Amino acid sequence: MKMNGARIMLECLKKEGVDTIFGYPGGTVINIYDELFSFKEIRHILPRHEQAGTHAADGYARATGRVGVCLATSGPGATNTVTGIATAYMDSIPMVIITGQVPTPLIGNDAFQEVDIIGITRPCTKHSFLVRDVKDLALIMKKAFYIARTGRPGPVLVDLPKDVQIAQTEFIYPETVDIRSYKPTLGGHPRQVEKAMAMMLEARRPVVYVGGGAVLGNAAEELTVLCRKLTIPVTTTLMGLGSFPENDPNSLGMLGMHGAYCANMAMTNSDLIIAIGARFDDRVTGKLATFAPHARIIHVDVDPTSIKKNVRVDLPIVGDVKDVLAKMIKQADKLKDKVAEFQTAIAPWHDDIAGWKAKHPIGYKNSTTVIKPQFVIQKLRELSDDDAIISTDVGQHQMWTAQFFQFNKPRTLLTSGGLGTMGYGLPAAMGAQAAFPGRQVITICGDGGVQMNIQEMATLVQNKLPVKIVILNNNFLGMVRQWQELFFDKRYSSTCMELPIDFVKLADAYGAKGFSTSKPGEVEKVIKAAFKEKGPVIMEFKIAREEKVLPMVPAGAALNEMVLNA
Amino acid sequence: MQHTISVLVENEFGVLSRVASLFSGRGFNLDSLSVAPTNEEGMSRMTIVTRGDEQILEQITKQLNKLIDVIKVVDFTDGSGVEREMALIKVTAEDDNRAEVLRIVDIFRAKIIDVTPKSYTIEATGNPVKIDAILELLRPLGLKELVRTGSVAIGRGAKGWKG
Ligand SMILES: Cc1ncc(C[n+]2csc(CCOP(=O)(O)OP(=O)(O)O)c2C)c(N)n1
Ligand SMILES: [Mg+2]
Repeated sequence: MKMNGARIMLECLKKEGVDTIFGYPGGTVINIYDELFSFKEIRHILPRHEQAGTHAADGYARATGRVGVCLATSGPGATNTVTGIATAYMDSIPMVIITGQVPTPLIGNDAFQEVDIIGITRPCTKHSFLVRDVKDLALIMKKAFYIARTGRPGPVLVDLPKDVQIAQTEFIYPETVDIRSYKPTLGGHPRQVEKAMAMMLEARRPVVYVGGGAVLGNAAEELTVLCRKLTIPVTTTLMGLGSFPENDPNSLGMLGMHGAYCANMAMTNSDLIIAIGARFDDRVTGKLATFAPHARIIHVDVDPTSIKKNVRVDLPIVGDVKDVLAKMIKQADKLKDKVAEFQTAIAPWHDDIAGWKAKHPIGYKNSTTVIKPQFVIQKLRELSDDDAIISTDVGQHQMWTAQFFQFNKPRTLLTSGGLGTMGYGLPAAMGAQAAFPGRQVITICGDGGVQMNIQEMATLVQNKLPVKIVILNNNFLGMVRQWQELFFDKRYSSTCMELPIDFVKLADAYGAKGFSTSKPGEVEKVIKAAFKEKGPVIMEFKIAREEKVLPMVPAGAALNEMVLNA
Repeated sequence: MQHTISVLVENEFGVLSRVASLFSGRGFNLDSLSVAPTNEEGMSRMTIVTRGDEQILEQITKQLNKLIDVIKVVDFTDGSGVEREMALIKVTAEDDNRAEVLRIVDIFRAKIIDVTPKSYTIEATGNPVKIDAILELLRPLGLKELVRTGSVAIGRGAKGWKG
C-alpha cells in the first residue's frame, strides 16, 4: 500500500514493537503529528521540554532493555535533545531519536529552524542517518533500530526532512537487515574463555569488577551464578549496580571515587581483576600509575575499543558478556575439583576483605535533630517495593543512593554515570513509569538538579504517571560545595542556592501532592504517606546542609588514598 | 612512529566527516588523508597517514573499525603494502638554474607538465620519501608552490583486500 513518509515512519515503529514515544511537535514534524492523530497503536507522551523527552526515552530503555524512542522538530527542538543524546551515548543506552528537518531542497540554505543536527550529534551518537528519499526510509529505520540495540548499544539519530515525510511510496518493511560494515563480535572465543578460567582458578586474590555492560547485556543472572559458584568477591561500578545482588556476602559494593573502602582495597591488592562490561573510567581507577599494581587483568567487553584503552590487559575477550559468562559457567562445571581447591586457597583473601569491611564499612553518623540524607535513603529502601525502580539526578544524593540504597536487581537503578547530567532523574523516572505503570518508580534528586527539568511535573500529572519524587534539599549545589570545602578553602562560590523554594506549593501548582519535613522523626511518616498517594508526589527532606559524601578518593589520587572521614 | 592505514568505507553521506571528526575528537594525529571511490560499487577507500605509539595505533584501528560505515581497516606499516604519492611542484626556473631543474627532474623520473619562461611545474610520483628527497633538492632553487596528494597504499602480492 502507498503511504506518505510520516505514516511509514510510524508503521516502522510499530513493526519494531515500539509502544510509547516521547515527542514534541513543530513545523517540520507536523506531518508526523497529523498521522499520529489517528494512529492509535503508539502512545505518544508530550513532555514539556525535548531534553526531558530524550531522558524519558533513555529511562524507558534502561528500565525495559528495549529501544527508547523520542521525536523532536528541527532546529531548537533538535538541539534540545543533544544533552539527552550525549547522556545516552556515554552510558551506551539503545535509543532512536527522530528529528524533523527542513525540506531537502532547502538544506544548507540556513532555512528557518535549520540546524545540521547530524553534524552536531556526530560525536555523541552511535550512528545517524539523513533520509533523502522516502524509498530508503523503511530500510533506514530497520537499520537504526538494529544498530541501536546490537553490539555495544547506543543512540541512533534519524533526520527526516519534511518533504520526505510528505512523499509517497509503497511500504515494505524489510524482514532482515545485513550491514556488511557492521558485524559486532558476540560469541566470546572459547579458547580465550578456557584461558580465562585457568587464570581465575590460579589466582589467590581475585576480584570481579563489573560495569554497566553486565546490566545492558542482561547478564546479571549468569554473573551471579558464576560468582557464587566460585565464591569470588564482586565489586561494581555505579553503572553496574544491580547486576550482582548487594546483599550477597561476596558483594563488595561500589568501587571508585566514592566507593567502599573494601572494594578499593581489594582492587589495589588483587592479583587478578576480571573486568566484565566495564571500561576502567577515571572515576573508578583513580591515578592510573598506581592502579592495581599487582594484578593481571582479564577484560570481557563487546566493544573492542574499551579494551586496552586506559589500562594494559593480559587477556582480552571480545564478546557479549552474557555469552562469555555462560561459557565460563560451563567451564567451571567441568573443573569441579579445581574450583573446590580454589575456594580453599582464597580463604585468606576473604579474611583480608572481611577485615577491610569491618575496619571501614560504608556508614554515617545519624542525628536526632537534623535529617541525615543517608538515613532517608535507608528508609526508602526499607519502605519501598523490592522491584522498585530508582532514578537519581547527579550530585551528592546520587552517591548516597549508590552507597546506601542497596541494589539487588538489574535495571532498578537509572542514573547518568558517564556524562553526569543534572536534570536527568525526574524525566528518566517518567520514562520508566510509562513503561511500567504498575511498578513503584522513585526519583531521588537534589534541590539543584530537580529544578533543571521540574516542568515535567506537568507531564506526570497529565499522563497519570505516579512517580515519587524525593528531593534531598541541602539548599546547595552540594557536590560542588563539597569540593569547595575540601579543596578550595570553603570558598562557596555560587553553590549556595540562597532562594528557598516552597516545593509543596510547587507540587500543588502542578496539581500534585507535596510533603516536606526537616525532622528526622517524620521521615518515615512522610515516605509512607507519599507511597500511599495514587498520583505523583514530591517529598522534600531538608537535610543536614554540609553533609559530605565519604569515603572519597580525591581526583588524581590513588584508589587506596581515601579520605575516610571529615 | 608513522603508520599508513587503509580504510575501506561505504560511500555513504558524511563518511569522510565521521572519520575526520574521530581523529580530531580523540586527539589522534592525521598527517595525510586521501579518499576516492574504488572499483567496487558503493565503496570508497581512504589512505590515512598517522603517528603514535603502539597503544594509540591500536586504538585508532579499533575506533575506525567501530564506525558503522567502515568495512575494513588495514595497517600497512609492517611493509606489507606499497605506497605512492604524487606532488605537483612549481619551481623558479630562470636562465642559470633551468638546466639544474631539468637534471633533477630526470634523476627522479619526474615530468614537466607546465612551462613558462620563469618557471617549471613538475609532476613527481613515488613513495613519500622520494618526494621529500626531490623537494629537498628543488627547495634551494626556489620553490613557489607545492601540492601533495598524500599517500595511497595497496597490499603487496596477488591477493585483493578480501583475501
Ligand atoms: C547539567 C549539569 N551542570 C552542572 C553540573 C556540575 N554539578 C555536578 S553535581 C552538582 C551539584 C548538584 O546539586 P544538587 O542537584 O542540589 O545535588 P546535591 O549535590 O546537593 O545532592 C553540579 C552543579 C552537572 N553535573 N550537570
Ligand atoms: Mg543540593
